[in-house]
Amino acid sequence: MRSLMSAILRRAVPVVRNEAPARRDPAPTRWSYRYQRLMLTPVFRASVRIGLPALLLVFIAGAWFSNPANRAALAAQVETARDAIESRPEFMVTSLSISGADVAVAGAIKDLVGAEFDAIGVAFPVSSFNLDLPSLRERVTKLTAVEDAVVRVKPGGTLDIVVTERRPVAVWRHVDGVRLIDHEGEMIGMIAARSDRPDLPLIAGDGAKDRIGEALVLFAAAAPVQDRIRGLVRMGERRWDLVLDGGQRILLPTDNPVAALDRVMALHAAQDMLRRDVAVVDMRNGNRPTLRLNPMAVGVLQGASARISQ
Amino acid sequence: MRDLYESQRAMRNMRQAAMQRGVVAILDVGTSKIACLVLRFDGPDRFRENDSVGSMAGQSSFRVIGAATTRSRGVRFGEVEAMQETERAIRTAVQAAQKMANVRVDHVIACLSGASPRSYGLDGETNVEGSVVTDADIGSVLAACDVPDYGHGREVLHAQPVNFALDHRTGMADPRGQIGNKLTADLHLLTVDATAVQNILHCIKRCDLELAGLASSAYVSGISSLVEDEQELGAACIDMGGGTTGISVFLRKHMIYADAVRMGGDHVTADISMGLSVPMPTAERIKTFYGGVVATGMDDREAIEIGGDTGDWEHDRRTVSRAELIGIMRPRVEEILEEVRLRLDAAGFEYLPSQQIVLTGGGSQIPGLDGLASKILGQQVRLGRPLRVQGLPQAATGPAFSGAVGLTLFAAHPQDEWWDFEIPAERYPARSFKRAVKWFKDNW
Repeated sequence: MRSLMSAILRRAVPVVRNEAPARRDPAPTRWSYRYQRLMLTPVFRASVRIGLPALLLVFIAGAWFSNPANRAALAAQVETARDAIESRPEFMVTSLSISGADVAVAGAIKDLVGAEFDAIGVAFPVSSFNLDLPSLRERVTKLTAVEDAVVRVKPGGTLDIVVTERRPVAVWRHVDGVRLIDHEGEMIGMIAARSDRPDLPLIAGDGAKDRIGEALVLFAAAAPVQDRIRGLVRMGERRWDLVLDGGQRILLPTDNPVAALDRVMALHAAQDMLRRDVAVVDMRNGNRPTLRLNPMAVGVLQGASARISQ
Repeated sequence: MRDLYESQRAMRNMRQAAMQRGVVAILDVGTSKIACLVLRFDGPDRFRENDSVGSMAGQSSFRVIGAATTRSRGVRFGEVEAMQETERAIRTAVQAAQKMANVRVDHVIACLSGASPRSYGLDGETNVEGSVVTDADIGSVLAACDVPDYGHGREVLHAQPVNFALDHRTGMADPRGQIGNKLTADLHLLTVDATAVQNILHCIKRCDLELAGLASSAYVSGISSLVEDEQELGAACIDMGGGTTGISVFLRKHMIYADAVRMGGDHVTADISMGLSVPMPTAERIKTFYGGVVATGMDDREAIEIGGDTGDWEHDRRTVSRAELIGIMRPRVEEILEEVRLRLDAAGFEYLPSQQIVLTGGGSQIPGLDGLASKILGQQVRLGRPLRVQGLPQAATGPAFSGAVGLTLFAAHPQDEWWDFEIPAERYPARSFKRAVKWFKDNW
């Protein structure tokens, strides 16, 4: 007994303490400790605060959308709301205005718009949401007489089409008639006769309209004899002939025709060459410009030379 | 020695990692309470160099963002006795501190108050390779210290170089870069019981925490409660804890001796409990409210209600005069102080240039203790409180927290230890290669 007592007494302090659990011990359990540490981990915390609600939301939305009736109802609702907005008076287009086009082109454009409306099954008044302005513009621009067009819906419900028409710069004579062409070589329309547009120069020949730019430069270079010009003829899709009245021709080379024409104009200015009885001025070989005289002039020339030789 | 190096290095790396993450916890596992502080390291760039504020002894680099204290369970004499109980107590403290800091803590720096520390003074001597002392020379002089046989089952806790001497000059703090031939180093080695270390390690590991540092409680309370001149000129810090009273002696800002008396405030409480036959919590309450060590005439007339809940009116209405209480407490306090005196005498404390003694720890709050201590320990006695650190709550600024506060300073500014220097390469090939390099350097 003594030994037991001494053993206990040596440990007197903790024994007394353990017998008196005065207050509840507020130690967290192992799991609550771990849970708190987990919740203090930034990544985990963010995933709980943001990731979990987001996941829940996605799940609920997915469950709702998995029902086809719900999907259809939502689509119908969206459609109704859309219609309600689209058919408001401020979005309705009631009239068409075309500016910058002459009567014929305007009529063509009006027909075009009508066809477009028929194609999508609408008629004035039409909601501006139903109009496909880019495609309309494309179709208007495709008209031969139209170079560019601006298609827009103006406030007040007007479909406004502003057209830039192609401006004819020359008349092109071809086998089937006389046409107007613009500076890009695009054909604009037919005219009944050359004399309808005497203000425009005439070009002819195969491939003439593809080189309209060069032709215009040549016409400009031939300005000193403008009143005598009949037209430019494309020869063999290769080079130009400048035809003056009285059948006089200036044959221009393939390369650098403008310089050659300038030379001719210089000769004409200096010696009044083109007023003389010359049938052809051949500039095809730049080193050796050649004149062909009319038969009568040839005779006069031969007589004169015989006289000189006598 | 190798495994000591490696384990301590691993711990230091862990501490570095904790600093990198910016959050580290301080855990002071004592006999009467467990304190946990959570530190946030802001890095050194908070104050620029030209600021007049300065780094404030390294304190500006950290801030206490969480603090919690809980009653300790299962710890006796500063050593873990009941593992589960201690683990629960640590969990309580850490959880509360984490909650206050609102941040998760993974690394913890702990201190050991008991585990019967033992101090050794070592010295080593080596010849300097080359003319200038380098890091490698310091490593080799530390390795040249002859380690005493500190016994089986003990572990080295601190091994701090405290003094370097180069040829005839001594008292150098940092001999690197100086020119000389013979380098001598003095090393202070502190060993503790390996089992106590293992137990506390296990407790911390069971709380999912990683140990990033371990220090002696006596040492860290010395850091926090001794002021600079005391550390420089020589002083002893007496940390009167619950189960142990730690002693650390400082000279030239280095700890040169540490010991622990296995008696503390809990023994005083136990004496009261036995003397007045009251339960321990009541005894503790009486001690903290009415305790003292110097009786005056007034104390005879002051009756203290002891209380009790046996139902026996006579027993439950007992009173005791304060003089009687002091009569119970004083012998035990005297015994503790005399034991401290013995330890200091054995360590040669009287040969220090200044013999300042600083009393700190929870037990130092007994009224009149400084008067009693000056009778036993010498005239230069003062009561110390820990340094103020940033963000420390008011409740944790008392002398009972000098260990915890000292650990924060220790975490921010660890002392160079033996294992911070590279152990010299002992293997022959490395040395012969070095010799070849040296030959080339000398002859070419």
